[in-house]
Amino acid sequence: MNLFKYASPQTFYPLAGRLIPFFAIGAGLFIIYGLYIGMLVAPTDFQQGDAYRIIYVHVPAAWFSMFLYVVMAVYAILGLSLNAKLSFMMAKSIAPTGAMFTFVALITGAFWGRPTWGAWWVWDARLTSELILLFLYIGYMSLQAGIDDTRRSDRASAILAIVGVINVPIIYFSVKWWNTLHQGSSINTSGSSMAAVMLQAMLIMALGFWLYSAAVILTRVRREIEDRARATAWLNEFKD
Amino acid sequence: MNKRKISTPSLLWRVFKRDITVAWRRRSDITSVFFFFMIATSLFPLGLGADTHLLHAIAPSVLWVCALLSCMLSLPRMFATDYMDGTLEQLIISNQPLLLIALMKILAHWVISGLPLVLIAPLIGLQFNLSNNELQMLAFSLLLGTPSLSLIGGIGAALTLGLRGGGVLVALLVLPLYIPVLVFGAGAVNAVSIGMNATGGLSLLGAVLALALIFAPLTASYALKVAVE
Repeated sequence: MNLFKYASPQTFYPLAGRLIPFFAIGAGLFIIYGLYIGMLVAPTDFQQGDAYRIIYVHVPAAWFSMFLYVVMAVYAILGLSLNAKLSFMMAKSIAPTGAMFTFVALITGAFWGRPTWGAWWVWDARLTSELILLFLYIGYMSLQAGIDDTRRSDRASAILAIVGVINVPIIYFSVKWWNTLHQGSSINTSGSSMAAVMLQAMLIMALGFWLYSAAVILTRVRREIEDRARATAWLNEFKD
Repeated sequence: MNKRKISTPSLLWRVFKRDITVAWRRRSDITSVFFFFMIATSLFPLGLGADTHLLHAIAPSVLWVCALLSCMLSLPRMFATDYMDGTLEQLIISNQPLLLIALMKILAHWVISGLPLVLIAPLIGLQFNLSNNELQMLAFSLLLGTPSLSLIGGIGAALTLGLRGGGVLVALLVLPLYIPVLVFGAGAVNAVSIGMNATGGLSLLGAVLALALIFAPLTASYALKVAVE
């Protein structure tokens, strides 16, 4: 079997079209089931009450905000090293979803912080680096949108994604250091003391978000392929 | 026609000297960044009020943030004129190491727009009542940090070469990447203010410079090739 069979837009386009419904339905089922366990089955936290339940959206969103940036950078590296057009299109399509998850993580964090810490926002290391991650996504998308020539915009934004992914750990540690200098650590999230059912709900939600990302990103890649292949003949075979 | 082959060190020296000469002949370009730094820093007392303690407390951060912005403002000039008149294309096809040419241009940028900030910052620090120790640390941290700003900025300048609205775009790309330099630089001065040891911040500032020195010219030269092809 040829591993690179689906590396060309021509073969990938129909494959993605067939896969999207499965991802989309799966995403819907998992997210509904995860929310059901998180909101109704999981016990109320004895310290934070029901306000804590937003973590079932917040934590998976934060995971995916970081994970998708890394995936985007991997596609950028693939694109630059193998000169693969599809990889650039994947990287470009991942960015808006990653930025959306970053934004959701920040907003849900604020909703959680208000009743728990009494503030919408604190300049904590995690929050601040998540905010900077949003800035990195915005920079990537602005550069992609700012260059008209697709070949150049693909390559330039790929370089930026790689520079960004190298910088993410440096930024995280710098912010952590800055935080310890200016103020004592204000929060201490302990993950291990979590009840099994809570972890289960969180993992189901993460799976749902993963399927959602796949569905949305593949849809966006298909639009991108259509956009770039408008002038070619093969696209018309799938238009009926 | 002069067909004499130029050795690489001689070419690099010429690239550097040319950038300095061009900047010196258009001195207003240098001075405008310089004056921006002075005006921007003096806006803070006007916005905050003349509370000496408050101003003293925020001075390191204010000076460092304004240094970041000044450095960023002068970035589009790093490669723009060479890109417009075709010099950059000639340099790329010249069969000389583009990485080192980019490094020279970044170095020239630092001499033109980073070094003046290092020299003027202690004077502005005096207006904020900074002590001798703090002024020394301010100048030293800027001396160690501004080259990183030029290096990282070189990547942004190369990526946004010749784009409409390049100036705002370069800010979006480069400012998030500047954050570690700001944190370590302003952190070192703040550490001196509260009587702590600043070597941690300075070492990290040096580490960022070392990393940037290796990776930034490489990335910038690759980005220049992408921009020109």
